[in-house]
Amino acid sequence: MSNDVVRATNITAVYAADSGRDVPAVDDVTLEVPLGTIVGLAGESGCGKSTLGNALAMIANPPLYVVKGTLEIGGETIDLSTLDPGANKRHRRYRGDVVSLLPQGAMNAVSPTLKIKDLVVDVLRAHDRNYAKSDALDLATDRLKMLDMPTRVLDSYAHQLSGGMKQRMVTVVSTLLNPTLLIADEPTSALDVSSQKALIEMLLAMVEKKIMGGVIFITHDLPVLSMVTDRLAIMYAGKVVENGRTDDLVNNARHPYTSALLSSVLDPTEHTRTKHVLGIPGSPPNLGDPPSGCRFHPRCAFAMDVCSAKEPATLSEGDHQFACWWAQEHPRQTVPMEVTHA
Amino acid sequence: MSDAATPTIAADTGRPVLSARNVTKQFKVAGGQITAVDDVSVDFRAGKVLAVVGESGSGKSTLARMLLRLMPVTSGTITYLGKDVTNISGRELRAYWRDVQAVFQDPFASFNQFFSVGHMLRRSLRLAELSSGGEDELIEKCLGYVGLKSADALHKFPHQLSGGQRQRVMIARALMMNPKVLLADEATSMLDASLRVSVLNVLQDLRETLGLTVLFITHDIGQACYLADEVVVMEHGLVVEHGTTDEVIFEPKHDYTKRLLADVPDLKGSLKSANWQPRS
Repeated sequence: MSNDVVRATNITAVYAADSGRDVPAVDDVTLEVPLGTIVGLAGESGCGKSTLGNALAMIANPPLYVVKGTLEIGGETIDLSTLDPGANKRHRRYRGDVVSLLPQGAMNAVSPTLKIKDLVVDVLRAHDRNYAKSDALDLATDRLKMLDMPTRVLDSYAHQLSGGMKQRMVTVVSTLLNPTLLIADEPTSALDVSSQKALIEMLLAMVEKKIMGGVIFITHDLPVLSMVTDRLAIMYAGKVVENGRTDDLVNNARHPYTSALLSSVLDPTEHTRTKHVLGIPGSPPNLGDPPSGCRFHPRCAFAMDVCSAKEPATLSEGDHQFACWWAQEHPRQTVPMEVTHA
Repeated sequence: MSDAATPTIAADTGRPVLSARNVTKQFKVAGGQITAVDDVSVDFRAGKVLAVVGESGSGKSTLARMLLRLMPVTSGTITYLGKDVTNISGRELRAYWRDVQAVFQDPFASFNQFFSVGHMLRRSLRLAELSSGGEDELIEKCLGYVGLKSADALHKFPHQLSGGQRQRVMIARALMMNPKVLLADEATSMLDASLRVSVLNVLQDLRETLGLTVLFITHDIGQACYLADEVVVMEHGLVVEHGTTDEVIFEPKHDYTKRLLADVPDLKGSLKSANWQPRS
């Protein structure tokens, strides 16, 4: 086991439903994050990407249960299963310290009655009750200077900051303890393009300066991911369907779902002006009763008989993995975009 | 109102339906005032999609609220079909609200979660002042415009719908009033890219089949590029650029427009490509 990779193995997380049937939102997912890299996790709403983030951050609370899965991080292997009664207490010390989660909408969860510097002290004292206030402020000031951010934000209240600044600020606060892994859930989704770019540049600088080890960046915004990530994992209905180097995935999609997501991207180009995008027909499946075989087959333009009968195995071409029957029959061919969305 | 939601293709496409003239909005804040919208004049032409783009705080939504008569103007006039509607009230305002409908950003906040879709749509019909009978047909027809079926949708509660479906129900609700103008304020921002295009396509179809005038407010230039005929760029309350979509997006004149375009994340061009080396 090496120390320079964070490895989540065979994560299965279920929501316990009233009907007594478990809904597996994350189904046997394995994901690697080499330290010093940013890994993107993309997919439509409800595909399980945030659930996976919560499972890895060890904040799975009922009705969400992690049934199975381990996290190898910093030379340790942690059993993520929440079914283990002592798990919650044991995991507490990892949060923020080893794995830090930046949840969706974190910037709106900052107390309106506290200055940012009080938030900084609170966060650090949650991990070490004797953390001196002056030390906490020094640490935060250094961090802000390191990232070329104005230190006056420490003396501000949340409402005095713009959305983009708030989001950058919570990102800095959540990484004060130098976590090995930062999980950022939709950090850019509520921001306009200019603030998005500032946040992305800051994240890149943070990884460069080794403030955190690796990052899992969760969003449905593929253009943002393609700018910031080294690798991409595409999730559909609780499973990772494709995983590879970002440029490889964007230019050489091997799964029809990835290809369909890519073709839905509207960038301001002459091509967008004239094309008619159909999106992806249908909607993501009910995870309580997923389709047989490949879960994408009812919406897939390339579906064959085998797709509904048998689940495709995960294959590799170099460091590019995918689970698709079409790709199996068409080795080293990019999924043609025009066909999916003529 | 018996002909509510009957397709009426605007014969004189291009004529201004709704106009804002020198509209200004100032807010008093501690220690002074902020001009959120500064002397803006825009025409919304029949059967066209006009996109207003700009970053957060540029005054896009404030302009929309004034056009919807949800917020008074500080100065300036709003004209609808040649009539000054800046200060109308009572019955006149209700009639205006029937003609100028809106769909907002958050499809999760705009539903009462205890009401089924059918209940919600029937309640909205009160504003339409429809004589009794024909409600169900109207609902069916308007859901049809957005690609939904009564049988599938009416009994459902909001939590049983996806974000894209909710936003389409909201558009159907707006269409029941047989509006002349539909104002979509960041209506697709919270949706996934794949659902976003389906909602944009609905708007595009409505323009083509019903001759609906659409005011599309967004911070995403890509969406404006896909949908709009005309683009207005706002910065700090001012209109800094206004022209056809092709002019504004492919030959931007103003520095702010150029910066907005430069900040759009590009699928093929990684931020890293400039100074990026693979990490070992």
